[in-house]
Amino acid sequence: MKRYTLLGVILIITGLVYGVVAYTYKTKKTTSIAVSYNRDIRPILSDKCFSCHGPDANKVKAGLRLDIPSRAFAELEKNKGHYAIVPGFPEKSDLITRIESNDPAIMMPLPESHLTKLSKEEIALFKKWIQEGAKYEKHWAFVAPVKAVLPEIDHTKWVRNEIDNFILEKMEEKGFDPNEEAPRDALIKRAYADIIGLPPSYEALNKWRNNTDENWYAKMLDQLLQQPAYGEKMAIQWLDLARYSDSYGFQDDEIRSQWPWRDWVINSFNKNMHYDEFITNQIAGDLLPNATKGNILATAFFRNHKYTEEGGIIEEEYRVSYNIDKTRTYGKAVLGVTIECAQCHDHKYDPFSNKDYYQLYAFFNESKEKGFEGDVLQSTKAKNPKLYISKEERSSFLNFVNTVDTGIIEVSVMGDWKAGDTAKPRPTYILSRGSYDAPTNILVKPTALESIMPYDSAKYGSNRLGLAKWTTNKKNPLTARVFVNFIWQDLFGRGLVKTSGDFGLQGELPSHPELLDWLAVDFMEHNWDIKYLVKKILSSNTYKQSNLISKKQLEQDPENFTYSRSPRLRFKAEIVRDYILSTSGLLNTTIGGPSVKPYQPKGVWESSTSGRGSLASYTQDHGSDIYRRGLYTFIKLTAPPPSMMIFDASNRDQCEATRSSTNTPLQALTMLNDPTILEAARVLGENTSLSKKSLDEKIEQAFETIVIRKPTKFEREKLIAYCEKQVAIFNSKPAIANAALKVGEFEHPKQKYNSSEAAALMKTILIMYNLEETITKS
Amino acid sequence: MNEFLEHGLNQNRRKFLSKMSLGLGGLALGSLMAPGLFNASNEDELFANVLPHFAPKAKRIIYLFQNGAPSQLDLFDYKPLLQKMHGEELPASIRKGQRLTGMTANQAKFPLAGTKFNFSQHGSNGAWFSETLPHLAKMADDMCIVKTIYTEAINHDPALTFFQTGSQVGNRPSMGSWISYGLGSENKNLPAFCVLLSKGKGNGQGVYSKLWNNGFLDSIHQGVQFSSGEEPVKYLTDPEFIKRGDKREILDEIAALNQESYKEIGDPEIVTKIQQYELSYRMQMAVPEITSLQNEPESIVKMYGPECLVPGTYAANCLLARKLSENGVRFVQLYHQGWDTHGNLPKEIEGQCKDIDQSSAALIQDLKQRGLLDETLVIWGGEFGRTNYCQGALSKDNYGRDHHPKCFTIWMAGGGVKPGVHGETDEFGYNINSLPVHVHDFHATIMHLMGVKHEEFTYKHLGRRYRLTDVAGKVINDLIS
Repeated sequence: MKRYTLLGVILIITGLVYGVVAYTYKTKKTTSIAVSYNRDIRPILSDKCFSCHGPDANKVKAGLRLDIPSRAFAELEKNKGHYAIVPGFPEKSDLITRIESNDPAIMMPLPESHLTKLSKEEIALFKKWIQEGAKYEKHWAFVAPVKAVLPEIDHTKWVRNEIDNFILEKMEEKGFDPNEEAPRDALIKRAYADIIGLPPSYEALNKWRNNTDENWYAKMLDQLLQQPAYGEKMAIQWLDLARYSDSYGFQDDEIRSQWPWRDWVINSFNKNMHYDEFITNQIAGDLLPNATKGNILATAFFRNHKYTEEGGIIEEEYRVSYNIDKTRTYGKAVLGVTIECAQCHDHKYDPFSNKDYYQLYAFFNESKEKGFEGDVLQSTKAKNPKLYISKEERSSFLNFVNTVDTGIIEVSVMGDWKAGDTAKPRPTYILSRGSYDAPTNILVKPTALESIMPYDSAKYGSNRLGLAKWTTNKKNPLTARVFVNFIWQDLFGRGLVKTSGDFGLQGELPSHPELLDWLAVDFMEHNWDIKYLVKKILSSNTYKQSNLISKKQLEQDPENFTYSRSPRLRFKAEIVRDYILSTSGLLNTTIGGPSVKPYQPKGVWESSTSGRGSLASYTQDHGSDIYRRGLYTFIKLTAPPPSMMIFDASNRDQCEATRSSTNTPLQALTMLNDPTILEAARVLGENTSLSKKSLDEKIEQAFETIVIRKPTKFEREKLIAYCEKQVAIFNSKPAIANAALKVGEFEHPKQKYNSSEAAALMKTILIMYNLEETITKS
Repeated sequence: MNEFLEHGLNQNRRKFLSKMSLGLGGLALGSLMAPGLFNASNEDELFANVLPHFAPKAKRIIYLFQNGAPSQLDLFDYKPLLQKMHGEELPASIRKGQRLTGMTANQAKFPLAGTKFNFSQHGSNGAWFSETLPHLAKMADDMCIVKTIYTEAINHDPALTFFQTGSQVGNRPSMGSWISYGLGSENKNLPAFCVLLSKGKGNGQGVYSKLWNNGFLDSIHQGVQFSSGEEPVKYLTDPEFIKRGDKREILDEIAALNQESYKEIGDPEIVTKIQQYELSYRMQMAVPEITSLQNEPESIVKMYGPECLVPGTYAANCLLARKLSENGVRFVQLYHQGWDTHGNLPKEIEGQCKDIDQSSAALIQDLKQRGLLDETLVIWGGEFGRTNYCQGALSKDNYGRDHHPKCFTIWMAGGGVKPGVHGETDEFGYNINSLPVHVHDFHATIMHLMGVKHEEFTYKHLGRRYRLTDVAGKVINDLIS
């Protein structure tokens, strides 16, 4: 009885703690050594215990749940008088006995789980945590962010904006100093790469170099943010999340026309459409009052999933699979949670039940689409519901949809059954084991994930527009954090939450939680203004540091968790291409339109095709179309463009939140032998040879154009010596020079030029293109 | 002390140090296509380097995938009853409500179709072979014929994806990628996972790069497609105006300049870059040497058949597979299209068998004569089987068969498998009578042969530990010698 009372008191206290304390930040330089549930305990529970004692109601063993205090502190169902956790009393807690034991009959985790035993340190943490009262905290990411007080730091002069306060605080704690500011050339290259994904022209480089205005950097940022190439650069990451492609993706893999949506995205970034509006349009543009075709077009976001044209499939199986894809994409791209586990069972780690999943799925289940509209022989470029865009519309309010085509363009978009339609809105039942042919009789209504934020259907309504409102509600703990983190990831190569697609319990904890929250709140306070956010980060001294790596940094912080230097990141696949084309002068800067087919090795499409459909063989484009930016390269899902895949582009099969960044011999082969790069070297070589300058000056100018800095003495002399030697060789063997200059379809300059010198410059430029630094952010 | 950052830093440091201590040894164990030391992004990389878990029976795999689904009833699973009942309706008691594809779901009748081909028994186990496979029949005593494999999907795309990645949907790593990630390549100049494609004349279903995709593993574990054209690996061939010596000079220039910037910047990634350029240079020599079919002795050409000298044929790919495997490529994946015999089956299957019979048998024989069969696992099979009833018009000599997931035949050879015939289907060839082998079991068994415990070989991605066998699969000990 006494014990019962004590437990009750503890339960009440813990309940208060659980509800109120939630996620608190430590103030500066506290040396508290209290065990934190979120930091120390929950990751272990999640990894080792929750698969049997977590949120999945069907998998709970012995009735014990360790994810919620009331259940963890309750008397054990299978062992009366015993308790898994008795707050304050590790010696009375069965959990401790179990994790300490080596007896296969009682030890936890069970030997057959293949999970390793907890380490001594981990066991000690559990004891301490229980000793201190076993305080649970709500998962940090599911509590709305608040702006923390800016931390005090010693090196106040270094601070340019609030970001630096947070970054420097940690750096000082770890005994690191920030790097010096990067040289001006490096800042120019870096900001150009991050804002527009292109290098500065030689003229622009010199303009910024020689600008004496003390605000030159801020002015450069402002100018870059106004360039239309900004929208293209920003679109790349969004297209990965939205799994954009130009074909349907199953075996016969016929062409589709989702590209007007891609152009909508570029245009929206360029107009600086604020994120809440950007996402509302894509989730529910068709349901907005007086929806325009532009609003409806945005919803193609949800229709970018693959679509089968394989004869003999079962329609419902695929219709369900498309909805599963939509649910996953919404979860990962917008909320940063992986909800698909709950498709078959309650989520094992996150508080998403099977029912929660189908309630979310229900938003998409009212769409008028079918699972199958015919095989590849009856293929159409879009699948119902479709949006039709006429030539007139393209020349007026949808003028960002850019094509020379004069016909009607069709795009797959969202469109729900409405009351009054011949068919009724489709009810959603929970599917047993996620299987299309095993619906249960449990009917669910569209509802967003309530463990993240309650969904008041009276306020929001029960369609996607309600989901959009819930998503962009400033109290939603995830939306802003997740997007801010994606932007950070794009700029620094890694999000403040490294697992940018998983903010759930199994995701990684943020390296700088206060900073992430500060940025998220600040972003919302500025009405979700994306350009504001980008400029904020690029203006920080954190961003402007040089990227030199000291021995100490390399040994103690190789992955740069302290941000005590600027990261060196290889450009994304598309940007590698854009960089080479742009520096050579070949880049065609047209924005938008149907995707194009540049040079590609022979046989990539042909060797894998069934032979059916218009994409059975690759018909390369010609003329200026083959010099478009990388994001316009045609993506056939079953045989994606090899030069992109070799540089780690997403294969666009599903929503992808991160790309890997590898360094492989295939990349070396591509950089040296891809005709795109050889041709760029040739064209720049020819044009450089036309100038009246000396050979030395020509080489220097080419180097500055490509590497975006002046060569060192060593580099200069080495490249000049190489080039002079090549000139001599070509002078004696003009046939080889002429052979070299034949690379690529682009026409030669009209003026007469020295072919030995042009070919020698071409090879020298090829070397410059292959420098590690050239395709690396400075 | 900030707790979260501390956590990150500690992990980071620990990982870095243990990588350092593994040093080049660790690198050599993992994929040699791996850039190495400094940029591996996952702690599991370390774990992967301790593979294999125990002494493997097989060191390498050659997987001869028969894309489109060959008919087991016309090749291996002999059912005289079907010939007797030719044209009679499939009894409902046998079908048991099995779901049908959209292609035959609307058929009013499901008339049984007996094979048109003669069957005979071969080898000490009396395994049945159709007359379309005379060469393979001679290898019966080396083959482990599994008659009772079954799958869950009934359409090509999901079924193929399931066989190759352990999941019908999703962007999961292919078998070859898992093996590359876990065991790496034995040859430092060749990728660990190579893919070869060919097409037969039968009704084809395409393949797609997702099948040899690395999924969430680093892209170095992606299958490298070797093509039949003049360029075996994409971008391998230098332009004509750059000769070999010239190329060496270019690489030296690049290396010297990169080295200089490494001195300035200190980023070890630059050193890796220099190494990768060197490796690419070595690949340029190693790959053409292997892919060249010019210098094969007459005995080999005779064994594989004259087609083996025609690049891009299945026979040439079998020969190439042997050469790649012999040179240490861990996983060679072939795909041969054309088995989707919905109609006109007898004629189409004869053509397909002509493509594959002699060269598949030759591959076994060739590996054996080189003493490599014991350590090389050869697998042959499709993504599902075909129905015992006819799709479309049935005549005495002509019929078609729809997709059938509930039982079909694959065979394996070498690599520690037990020769013989495994499992029995019912006399209609529709259901499994004994010893079923699910696709997950098949994967578990293959992993076991490679010395890998399939339940422990996992990769943590977005909060979940993934493995090739998903959450199921058991090793079928009956298949192991």
